Amino acid sequence: MDIELMLKVYPFFLKAAWITILLSVLTAGLGLICGILGASARLSRFSIVRFLGAAYVSVFRGTPALIQLFILYFGGPQIGIQLDAFEAGVIGLGINAGAYMTETIRGGIISIDRGQREAARTLGLSRWQTTYKVILPQAARLLVRPLGVNLNMLIKATALVAAISVIELTYTAQRYIGSTYKPFEMFLLAGVLYMIIIYATGRGVAWLDRKVRIN
Amino acid sequence: MTEHTHFVEIRHAQKSYGALEVLKDISLNVERGQIVGIIGSSGSGKSTLLRAINDLDPLTGGEVWLDGIQVNKSLPHRQYEKHINAMRQQIGMVFQHFNLFPHMTVRENVAMAPKLLKEISKEEANQLAAEQLDHVGMLERIDYYPSQLSGGQKQRVAIARALAMKPKLMLFDEATSALDPELVEEVNQVMKKLAEEHMTMIIVTHEMDFAASVCDRVLFMDKGVVVEEGPPEVVLENPSQKRTREFLRKHIEGAS
Repeated sequence: MDIELMLKVYPFFLKAAWITILLSVLTAGLGLICGILGASARLSRFSIVRFLGAAYVSVFRGTPALIQLFILYFGGPQIGIQLDAFEAGVIGLGINAGAYMTETIRGGIISIDRGQREAARTLGLSRWQTTYKVILPQAARLLVRPLGVNLNMLIKATALVAAISVIELTYTAQRYIGSTYKPFEMFLLAGVLYMIIIYATGRGVAWLDRKVRIN
Repeated sequence: MTEHTHFVEIRHAQKSYGALEVLKDISLNVERGQIVGIIGSSGSGKSTLLRAINDLDPLTGGEVWLDGIQVNKSLPHRQYEKHINAMRQQIGMVFQHFNLFPHMTVRENVAMAPKLLKEISKEEANQLAAEQLDHVGMLERIDYYPSQLSGGQKQRVAIARALAMKPKLMLFDEATSALDPELVEEVNQVMKKLAEEHMTMIIVTHEMDFAASVCDRVLFMDKGVVVEEGPPEVVLENPSQKRTREFLRKHIEGAS
C-alpha cells in the first residue's frame, strides 16, 4: 500500500470531503423540507392531497436515485430544466431523500397518542394550534434518531453524484485513479473520509437525541 | 324553532359505526349546577355519549345544546371549526388516561390553553395556572413534568388544566379508572370539591359509591339506550329495571 501517495493526495481529498459535506447539508435541508411537506400531504384531510403525497413517496422510493439524477441532469435540458451538476445533485438527492423522510416523519406524527390531540382539541385549540403546540414538539423529539438514519443514508447517497461529475469525494477518488493507477489507496482514502463524516454525524444525532428527550 | 330551556340538552342522540348502532335515540337534560352520573358496562355507549357532548365523537343524528347554543351545528368546515373551538372552551373534559402533555411542565400544561385562547398576558396565564393548581392541591408540583407525578397527581393536574379555561360544564370520562386504588380518593376529593362549588358535571364512572355520594341523578346505560334514570338512591339501591339490578349485582361481585 502506497502510504506516501495517500498522504500526498490527502489535502485534495479533504477539499473534496468538504464538498461532500456541503452536498449533504443542502440535501438534508431540502430533504427535510420535502419530508415535512410530504408528511403533511400524507396526513391531509383532503384525499387528493393524500394521494399526491403517496404518489410522491411511491415514485421516488420506487426508482433508483441514480436514474432520478440522470433524468434531472441529462434529461432536464430536453424539457427546459438547465442545472449545473452540483445543483442537479442537491435537488435530485434532496427530493429523493424527502420521500424517505416523508415516511419517517409521518410515522413519528402518527405514533403520538391520539389522546394528546383529543386533550388539546377539548381545551379549544384549533387543529393547527394542536399540531404546532402539542403534536410536533413531541414528534420532533421522537424523530431525531429515525431522521438520523435518513441522514446516514443520504450522506452515502451523495456518492451517486460522482456519476454526473460533481467533484466530491467519490469523483475525486476516481479522478486520482486515472493519474495514479492506485484504485485501492484512492477508494480506501475516500472510504475513510466518508466514515469520519458519518461517525461525526452519528455522534451529533445521538447528542441531540439525549438533549431533547423528555427526561 | 324549539325552545331550549335546559342548560345541557341532548335530543335524540344517535350514533352508528356502519351497521353497529352504539347510541339509540338518547335524550338527556342537565340543569345548571347539576351533577349527573352515567354508569353501565363497557360497550354500553356511555363514553360515546359523553364524547358526543363536545363533539369529540360526532353524533350521526340528534342535537346537543349547551346554554342555548347548539354544539353540533351543521356549518361549513371553516365556520364549524371556529364554532366548535369556542364551544369546547366552555366544556372541560377529563380523560381516563389523563392525556397530560409530556413535553410541558405542570404549569405549562395548565397555562397553555388560556395563554393561546384567552386575551391574557403570559404572567396572567401563569398566575391563573398557579391558582388552579392550588385549587387541586398541586401547587408545589408546578415545575414538575408529568412523568414525575403519580397517577392521582396527574389527574388532578388534568382537572386544573380543564378548569383553567373556566368551563361552564365539566365532563369526566372514567377519571379514576386507570388509577391504583389508593390514589382514587384524592381525585374523588377534588371532584367533590367541584360539586360543592356547584360546577355542572357529567360523570361517566365505575364507582357506584362515588356516584351515590355526589350525583343528583344517575343514568344506567346498556347497549346504547338509557335503561333507567333517577336519583342515585333509587337507581343504585332500588332499581326498577331487571338489567340495572343485574349490572349492579355483577358489579358488586366483581368489586368484592
